[in-house]
Amino acid sequence: MPELDRFDVVVVGAGPAGLAAANAAAGFGARVALIDENELPGGQIYRASRGSISASVREVIEDLSKKSVVRFDGSTVFEAPSDGVLRLWGPRGTQDIGYRSLVLAVGGRELFLPFPGWTLPNAMGIGGLQALVKAGLDVREKRVVVAGTGPLLLAVGAYLLEHGARVPIILEQAPLKDLALFGAGLVRYPAKIGQGISLGRHIATRLRAGAWVERAEGSRAVESVTWRKGGKSFQTECDFLACAYGFVPNVELPQLLGCEIQDGFVKVDDQQLTSVKGVFCAGEPTGIGGVDLSQVEGRIAGLVAIGQDDQAEALFGKRESWKRFARSMDRAFALRHELMELSTPDTIVCRCEDVRAGDLVAWESSRTAKLQTRCGMGPCQGRICGPATQKLFGWTQGSVRPPLSPVPLSALGRPLDEIEN
Amino acid sequence: MTEVFDGIVVGGGIVGCACAYYLSERFPKVLLIEKGPVGGGSTAAGMGHVVVMDDSRAQFALTQYSQQLWNELFPQLEPSCEPRSTGTLWVAADEEEFSHVDGKRKLYESNGLRAEVLDTKAIREAEPHLREGLPGGLLIPGDSVIYPMTAAAWLLDQARLRGAKLLQGRAVVKMGQGKTTLDDGTTLDAHFVVNATGDRAQTLTPGLPITPRKGHLIITDRYPGYVRHQLVELGYLKSAHEMSNESVAFNAQPRATGQILLGSSRQFVGWDPGIDRNLIAKMVARATEYLPGIGSLSVIRTWVGFRATTPNSLPLIGSLQHDPATLVAAGHEGLGITTSLATGKLIADIASGVESKIDRNPFAVSVEVKS
Amino acid sequence: MTVRINGKEFEVSPGTSVAAALLNIGYSGFRRSETGESRGPVCGMGICLECRVQIGGVRHVRACMVTCQDHMEIETDA
Ligand SMILES: Cc1cc2nc3c(=O)[nH]c(=O)nc-3n(C[C@H](O)[C@H](O)[C@H](O)COP(=O)(O)OP(=O)(O)OC[C@H]3O[C@@H](n4cnc5c(N)ncnc54)[C@H](O)[C@@H]3O)c2cc1C
Ligand SMILES: Cc1cc2nc3c(=O)[nH]c(=O)nc-3n(C[C@H](O)[C@H](O)[C@H](O)COP(=O)(O)OP(=O)(O)OC[C@H]3O[C@@H](n4cnc5c(N)ncnc54)[C@H](O)[C@@H]3O)c2cc1C
Ligand code: FES
Repeated sequence: MPELDRFDVVVVGAGPAGLAAANAAAGFGARVALIDENELPGGQIYRASRGSISASVREVIEDLSKKSVVRFDGSTVFEAPSDGVLRLWGPRGTQDIGYRSLVLAVGGRELFLPFPGWTLPNAMGIGGLQALVKAGLDVREKRVVVAGTGPLLLAVGAYLLEHGARVPIILEQAPLKDLALFGAGLVRYPAKIGQGISLGRHIATRLRAGAWVERAEGSRAVESVTWRKGGKSFQTECDFLACAYGFVPNVELPQLLGCEIQDGFVKVDDQQLTSVKGVFCAGEPTGIGGVDLSQVEGRIAGLVAIGQDDQAEALFGKRESWKRFARSMDRAFALRHELMELSTPDTIVCRCEDVRAGDLVAWESSRTAKLQTRCGMGPCQGRICGPATQKLFGWTQGSVRPPLSPVPLSALGRPLDEIEN
Repeated sequence: MTEVFDGIVVGGGIVGCACAYYLSERFPKVLLIEKGPVGGGSTAAGMGHVVVMDDSRAQFALTQYSQQLWNELFPQLEPSCEPRSTGTLWVAADEEEFSHVDGKRKLYESNGLRAEVLDTKAIREAEPHLREGLPGGLLIPGDSVIYPMTAAAWLLDQARLRGAKLLQGRAVVKMGQGKTTLDDGTTLDAHFVVNATGDRAQTLTPGLPITPRKGHLIITDRYPGYVRHQLVELGYLKSAHEMSNESVAFNAQPRATGQILLGSSRQFVGWDPGIDRNLIAKMVARATEYLPGIGSLSVIRTWVGFRATTPNSLPLIGSLQHDPATLVAAGHEGLGITTSLATGKLIADIASGVESKIDRNPFAVSVEVKS
Repeated sequence: MTVRINGKEFEVSPGTSVAAALLNIGYSGFRRSETGESRGPVCGMGICLECRVQIGGVRHVRACMVTCQDHMEIETDA
């Protein structure tokens, strides 16, 4: 049996947090592994576009290759088979890698709330649509309605316009006065303000605040959306609907490793250390805070992971200010209750198993609903319907079992690598 | 509040639900107490293969009787219970195993069950994804597959329609002599109380010879038609009976959803809920020996469950000698989905003092239970 | 670079994911749901599993996570 390949620090996730962690740790000579499911590093915000690494992170990534960082691109961590070992599925099949310290920088995913028509083809996430454009989807002359909540809405609206899409409207569910508050909050954060303004000019005419999608219509794919504002409904024709309601953290790998979860997020201390010895967490899983907070958290985690506690401590102040910013965003983009009441009894909630809202009202927990209706039992294992039922019914999410995402059976067929002594 | 129940059933797994189902036919005041979700114990972890098993005469009688009862219920079951007549295909790995197939056929046929020997060509026609060159196997067409959790809930729903009551979210901390004490201190009275708490039955009735035996399962994405029958290697019984610490046997079930549910493993490791990756690897290797292409199928989840094992592999169904008001319906090892209905019938027969269709003696709780 | 989709050849530009290629060609439904609905990509990042197609004879592959390769054989189900 092959001997286990062990690293000083393994970083899972090559987004802003993971890149920062890997860089910080490698800066002090540690042997680092950086693993990401995508074929190229960058994560969601700096996702590679048509096969080339995003300009914003190119330098950082070039830097990594000069240091002792081994990249595992296109590799999914699908289980944590024993203490200090992760199991990957990637271009070389199943691989076990060992770590002394582990940084979980696994990010988040979009929150989807069911409404009639949300399962139609061409109705997708906001980040989802952007990711597809980066992967080569041609949106020139396509009419895209962008809807949901949060800064991503505006950023993607602008991105789509830049890529030739026609964006008839952008629907922000939060009311205008809170958005104004959010704008005022931006002033304290110089790095953010540039982002804010460059978005503003493009989108001001298209933005409708306090407005949300009620339903999507179409026969073979989305053809129009009906949306609501100020007590009235309107209809807009479109080729794509990009709609999501912010982010939820990816806590499944931390959960599998036994990390304590608090109010839905991975609990960490000042040093980004989780409740499990040697396991750090940074970025979205510890709280949805955006790219800058993720980066500073990643850096702190990477530094502490190799014993550079003082260097890490110097960053605590910076982290605190980004956290304040995150809290102001949370307040500004709190979800309105009307969004929880959009489904009709026949609206599908669990897309994998086609479980409808009406089938779920009888159950008191996600576990009973799962056992009796198969809600959350499909291949996404509740990644999409879990957060939705949490918002809709207050259900806590179910248990996590390997594999974390679907892998070929043969990936499970390999005995564990030998661990020296 | 001095209501006296005819019977209380403790435990809402498939066995407890089946007891409530048949008891409610004969007694107006039946109460089932379940601490968690109905069907959320071993019932939620098992495969749902309804199978006539020939490991002993008593087991054969119990499983055959139970299968008849399932067949009677099939037309009434909700579609969500996913009743499917898949049959069982016992697969011989080599000529040695194949040489026993005809004896097995005779045994099933002499008990009035259909059984068909498949040769090397016929078995590949029946299951095109099986490895080429297997000598053959035995097809038992009467076996079937159900979805245990919804079936348990359905049985309980029927009982409730006949007037049975459900008390959910309360654990029983003590039972005996017709008294049942809940975790909030309440005591309930009944003429008889059934301990149907599965692999935990020995906590409420100390001294029951039940040991948990862990099993791992693997489920794939949907591949309708990839496997058509419940496939079980002929060596399965050997693996089930070996009281060794660890054994693996090939067992593949086509779910109504088109998914494939892969078993099976047996381990004595207490109630350790962790997943043993090396054991999973052995299960995958075993499955690949029989279904060489299965490695490319997408897996979505693995999990474990516990079988309530008894020394002679037979369930304990009967009353305690020193406390006739206490009935036990537990220890169903890897067959409780199948044998739940016969168990419910036997319990109802005992409670109402009538003879049963099959001999109850082999299942009697004859061990001396200290209280 | 060409790929075969449901038996027909299509030109795609390098670096395009299978999901993007399918959408560009006009396939919005990639798979059939349990109750027969037509479904296409949602998350774009490998989580929702709605974009599953058959690639090179292997079923249930996430189209959003795979980059088109020359002569790739892709099959949809909706
Ligand atoms: C026929 C069949 C088909 C199935 N098909 C699928 C499928 O397609 N997809 C799928 O995902 N699953 C499937 N399952 C699996 C099944 O629904 C459950 O997942 C299974 O019951 C066990 O899963 P689990 O161990 O992962 O835990 P879960 O059932 O998900 O949860 C275990 C529960 O136990 C609780 N728990 C565990 N230990 C303790 C403790 N010590 N104290 C208190 N509470 C505790 C946990 O909090 C949790 O709520 C299938 C099951 C069967 C029987
Ligand atoms: C991996 C595996 C595969 C299997 N495959 C098959 C198969 O293919 N075919 C087959 O026939 N059988 C199969 N089985 C066996 C079958 O699943 C079990 O025999 C059956 O589910 C046992 O049902 P039960 O009702 O006795 O136990 P359980 O389902 O465990 O029910 C006991 C219930 O009692 C409750 N309870 C416990 N203590 C208390 C208390 N103090 N107060 C209140 N409630 C309490 C629990 O919450 C639980 O719901 C399999 C088992 C496993 C583990
Ligand atoms: S679009 Fe969600 S997994 Fe591909």
